[in-house]
Amino acid sequence: MATRQTASLARLMRAPAIILLLIWMIVPLGMTLYYSFLNYNLLNPAGTSWAGWFNYRYFYTDPAFFDAIRNTLVLVLGVLVITVVGGIAIALLIDKPIWGQGIVRILIISPFFVMPPVAALIWKNMIMHPSYGVFADIAKFFGAQPVDWFAQFPLTSIIIIVAWQWLPFATLILLTALQSLDGEQMEAAEMDGAGALSRFIHLTLPHMARAITVVILIQTIFLLGIYAEILVTTNGGPGNASTNLTYLIYRAARLNFDIGGAAAGGIIAVILANLVAIFLMRAVGKNLD
Amino acid sequence: MARAVSSRAKVGYTVAAWIVALLIFFPILYTIITSLKSEQEAIAGFDLIPSFTLESFRAVQTQNDYWKPFTNSVILSIGSTLLALVVAIPAAWAMAFSPTKRTKDILMWMLSTKMMPAVAVLVPIYLIFLRTGLMDTRIGLTVMLMLINLPIVVWMLYTYFREIPGEILEAARMDGATLRDEIIHVLTPMAIPGIASTLLLNVILAWNEAFWTIQLTTTNAAPLSAFIASFSSPQGLFWAKLSAASVLAIAPILILGWFSQKQLVRGLTFGAVK
Repeated sequence: MATRQTASLARLMRAPAIILLLIWMIVPLGMTLYYSFLNYNLLNPAGTSWAGWFNYRYFYTDPAFFDAIRNTLVLVLGVLVITVVGGIAIALLIDKPIWGQGIVRILIISPFFVMPPVAALIWKNMIMHPSYGVFADIAKFFGAQPVDWFAQFPLTSIIIIVAWQWLPFATLILLTALQSLDGEQMEAAEMDGAGALSRFIHLTLPHMARAITVVILIQTIFLLGIYAEILVTTNGGPGNASTNLTYLIYRAARLNFDIGGAAAGGIIAVILANLVAIFLMRAVGKNLD
Repeated sequence: MARAVSSRAKVGYTVAAWIVALLIFFPILYTIITSLKSEQEAIAGFDLIPSFTLESFRAVQTQNDYWKPFTNSVILSIGSTLLALVVAIPAAWAMAFSPTKRTKDILMWMLSTKMMPAVAVLVPIYLIFLRTGLMDTRIGLTVMLMLINLPIVVWMLYTYFREIPGEILEAARMDGATLRDEIIHVLTPMAIPGIASTLLLNVILAWNEAFWTIQLTTTNAAPLSAFIASFSSPQGLFWAKLSAASVLAIAPILILGWFSQKQLVRGLTFGAVK
């Protein structure tokens, strides 16, 4: 019943969401682009002038920028490897017949619901603290010197925290995919004498391939924007050792009041995120039909 | 899977699964335990048995005015989600029931707005908030959280609405139902579970948001995520109190989250994994 009347009603119903998102996408991004070509510092707004490509060139010659890019990539890849491999292993385990599966699932999914600042503070103070943390207690128990995690391994510590937050997400999605696996096919393969490993490689893994892709792509979007975990643990330090691109831009904008520089960094972040987005859109788009 | 599994194998799997689950849950568990300790106990070394004192919970509430950020979290997460639903329900409805050739493109474009890194628009949003007096106001932050979750809300609703079979509508029309009857008696009851799921997941996402809440608030509008982040330096030394504040901040959403596992998968994968 696609009459003209319902069609125009449908247009009217879609309009508010589309207009809002259109404004949300175009206005701030346009402003960022404009600011990125200005010499504009909030401490000296009167001295604002056209900068041309200076802000971008500045980023390109700043060693902190390359540290940040490297840290961003290490952080994203590190967390992805831990969560995907760990997620597959845990999903396979809790898909087996076990007692108390419901409670096991609830325990495993829980870290995902812990807000980032709380997750970071729990790990910083309760677990990794060099004097009072559980890791230090364990080290002392074995007579070893406790590790000062955030001073000695700042980026690794943050990877551990973020991986703990995202492991439940990967596990849950991979488990959902695993549960739709055809049991009869598995049984047939088993009857034909296929070993557990060969069944995993030839049946389970291909079946989970799409879920794995989705996990990788969605996590990457969120992992590129890791912020609160760094803010409450290392503040990006020591030096730039745990500064990612998001944190570098935050620092330029909020601590150095360098609006032009932060905007140029923002544009670079958009370009990075878009490279990832292109792949995600393809994977999700296929599912629409 | 109707395969018989030996009970010995089941015991093995069960033990392994429980060990993994408890290891993953341990940081949360230990925080709950520490929140029930006194400050002296909390730094006295590893101990799983607290003295079950509630002094830290009381301290957080009296000294830190815990209820203010808590109230802000409730208002912001529920307010932003309801606001998003008001905008998204008609849009998702129209796209699900009167799709056009461009519907798919519109949905993909909406999804693409979610890919924009928050930090890329930090500068303009921060300046707009400063100049318009929206800084540290609940209304400003509610609108922000609504905008960042709107694409997910539209998408989730769309995937749910699309599952409502069109034949039911046709049958209702054959029986002489008017458009009003259709909406009230047929579509609404079938759409409510999807709307409820969407609401649940988005309240969780808004509650845990920790970039904009930290950037755009100081004291008045600060929700729990910003409040807890401010614990990182001076009060970080009070282990039991920090734990109590953490437990209070995550408990409501943890419990909501346990009920939303299915919606979580669907909402966060944009329907790509069900």
